[in-house]
Amino acid sequence: MTNAESGSPDKEPATADQAARMALDNTERAEPTSQQPPERPALGRLFVENLWAANTFTVTLLSLLLAMVVGGILMIVSDPDVLGTYSYFTARPGDALNASWTLVSEAYANLFKGAVLDPDAVGLTAALSPISETLTYTAPLVFTGLSVALAFRGGLFNIGAQGQATMGVIAAGLAGFLLPLPAGLHLLVAVFAGAVGGALWGFIPGILKARTGAHEVINTIMLNYVAAYFLVWLIVQNGVQDPNRTDAISRPVDASAQLPRLFGDNLRAHTGIILAVLVTWAVAWLLNRSTLGFELRAVGSNPAASRTAGISVTRTYVLVMVFAGALAGLGGSQMVLGTTAAALTPLVVAQVGFDGILVALLGRVKPWGVLLAALLFGALQAGGNRMQSYSGVSLELVTVLQALIVIFIAAPALVKAIFQLRAARAARPQTSLAKGW
Amino acid sequence: MSTMAVDDVAVAPVNAGFWTRNRKAGLVLTALGLLAVSLFTTLAASEPARFTLSEDASGAALKINGTVGAALFGAVALAAGVAILAGLPTRWFTLVLGAGLVGFVVSFLCWQVSTAPTGQNFMPLVNIVRGTFILALPLIFGALAGVLCERSGVVNVAIEGQLLMGAFSGALFGSLSGNLWVGLVAAAIGGTFISLLLAVFAIRYLVDQVVMGIVLNLLAVGITGFLYERLMQPDPAKYNSAPRFSDWEIPLLSEIPVLGPALFAGNIFLYLGLLLVLVIHIGLFRTRWGLRTRSVGEHPTAADTLGVRVLRLRYRNVLLAGAVAGIGGASYTLALFSFTKNMIGGKGFIALAALIFGRWSPTGALLAALFFGFADQLATYLSAINSTIPSQFLAMLPYLATILAVAGLVGRVRAPAADGKPYIKG
Repeated sequence: MTNAESGSPDKEPATADQAARMALDNTERAEPTSQQPPERPALGRLFVENLWAANTFTVTLLSLLLAMVVGGILMIVSDPDVLGTYSYFTARPGDALNASWTLVSEAYANLFKGAVLDPDAVGLTAALSPISETLTYTAPLVFTGLSVALAFRGGLFNIGAQGQATMGVIAAGLAGFLLPLPAGLHLLVAVFAGAVGGALWGFIPGILKARTGAHEVINTIMLNYVAAYFLVWLIVQNGVQDPNRTDAISRPVDASAQLPRLFGDNLRAHTGIILAVLVTWAVAWLLNRSTLGFELRAVGSNPAASRTAGISVTRTYVLVMVFAGALAGLGGSQMVLGTTAAALTPLVVAQVGFDGILVALLGRVKPWGVLLAALLFGALQAGGNRMQSYSGVSLELVTVLQALIVIFIAAPALVKAIFQLRAARAARPQTSLAKGW
Repeated sequence: MSTMAVDDVAVAPVNAGFWTRNRKAGLVLTALGLLAVSLFTTLAASEPARFTLSEDASGAALKINGTVGAALFGAVALAAGVAILAGLPTRWFTLVLGAGLVGFVVSFLCWQVSTAPTGQNFMPLVNIVRGTFILALPLIFGALAGVLCERSGVVNVAIEGQLLMGAFSGALFGSLSGNLWVGLVAAAIGGTFISLLLAVFAIRYLVDQVVMGIVLNLLAVGITGFLYERLMQPDPAKYNSAPRFSDWEIPLLSEIPVLGPALFAGNIFLYLGLLLVLVIHIGLFRTRWGLRTRSVGEHPTAADTLGVRVLRLRYRNVLLAGAVAGIGGASYTLALFSFTKNMIGGKGFIALAALIFGRWSPTGALLAALFFGFADQLATYLSAINSTIPSQFLAMLPYLATILAVAGLVGRVRAPAADGKPYIKG
């Protein structure tokens, strides 16, 4: 037979379903009268089949589901009341299941309400509040995620987004309260200073990698801590520390250097998210359309061949790290120019740099993917706050969920095995990378 | 994302010409010596700087005038630097470099101690040495966990997570059972849990090991933080009051001045840590297991050809590493403090630094961990005597030292050749 329908001739039918269709096909061919081509599968069916294939979207969605299941189990085992109902599980299983379901569903419902929409909210401000929170958390993650993703495409693993963001925060904060500049210009200078601070901190591992071969993973890890200690030291210096305070907090950033709010003064979302979208576009253009981006990707996939082809590998490495650092620095500057605190504290950077690594991986190190991944992570954090205050479920659960999602998407083979997914039609690029020290 | 195998960039040969690596180190040491002779000496007060052998100002002490001490030991550093610069035979290099660095540190201490406020211008050596060992302990365990993993070719960035999970499960199960040994075993299992995830995903699913390590650290922070807030915070008496190991003094040996109280009057973790360094050193370089581990870390294909089961050995070593790190985490919760959120606070990464600075060897890791522990203890001491040196800069020292080491300024640092590369048979 020609096997026209089921793909390449050397393949066995992948599923019983296909085998049946092949058999059907054969019987049709046997009939000399039926000359019309075999019936095409319905569009809906094709869609469902594709959905159940191991493509990026499905794997991501199932990873989220798996992570939430594990999170739910964690919630149940850490709740003594609910756990108590399991002691008589065999006698009245309904009790245990009901209590567990109530606990987990309420927590996740609050997660959703805090991140997307609260149906009970009254008034426009209240209705917009979850979205505003989500966007506030998303903005810095886009930058740090892009930082990691850009370096990754250039063959470098930038674990230093945290340190670069820290230097960005420092530079942006200092520019924000030390420079007496007019409104408008002040904001531009502060944001630019953040980028420069981060770029400087990215330059160091870049030049060390290029000149001495020192592994960027080690150096960026170490520089994260150097930056963190530098921030702690700097805050309590004269001229930086808030003169009215004795604890470690700097003077507040001038109003002229703060990012304008998007939805009025009562909601925290600021223009950083617009900048984030623009920068995502710029990075996408840089990667896919510019000469530098081509060189960067070439070096990332094969430095030896790139060198042979006349691309300066050392120059590319330095440039990649400078750009990555600048992006992370921009992300850091959002933390001090955009939020309500608007002052330097030891924890002002939070975890944006480390979360950026997860965001980049979740976004499959593609710029627009990073944007979407950052949106998901931002939503999880915004919703996590509400989950903590309304359901009493610790915010740390969000960290667990984020880590689990990335673990699952990093090992698509595992998700495939759990859900018995078919292999996707086109061979998907491997998420696994082999790269040592 | 494509599979990347980035080899080291073509590096300009460092040993070329007059400026060999040794001479560069000599140059740095000369600069440090000059700094000590000029700056430290002028800043030092002409007061006696006392280094007492006890825990307080009383008792026997080594005494030297601050200015004289700073100048004298600065001169030692300078002389060592110049000697290396002048072209010292390589076999003397390490010894002279070490002497020079010690001279620099002592010169610095003479300055600091002599300028301390009256009544505080002494340095209790017992406390310093003891504190150094206590602060170095989690680093030793963590770095040994790194040695076990990375010598067999699996990058272990998850040390932080393994320590944290060990500390947490040690505290939790120690409290629940009220038994120290249950806590200790639970800590080892906790660390192994994280390294099991690392092993399965790195070896079976070929996920990038650095990525996996970073994610596992976050997972450990999340899980322990979550359970801490849900269980330990509401009911610390039940969930977070583990019994603690007391100190075991070894008779006679603990009487040795300075070193005795530090080395022979510690808790079980101190003895276990030092014993593990010895055992892993001997194991790695003198046994069949060690030879196989090293060969799998350097050239798994060759090892496989000779009949070594690469993946099984890697699984075993990674799991073992998790147990070691887990016990290291318990050295907090079963001896010093009760569990708090994220209590490891970056020690796992200093342990990673110690591993790299110690060039992937157990004894090197021990020395590096002690050095970092000393820097940590010195920061505490200096802030106690109101020093002008900010403690944050001393806290940066381990990280900066590692960067310098990796950049090739202090000796040659090379990871096992197959470190971080998954092995696919065939």
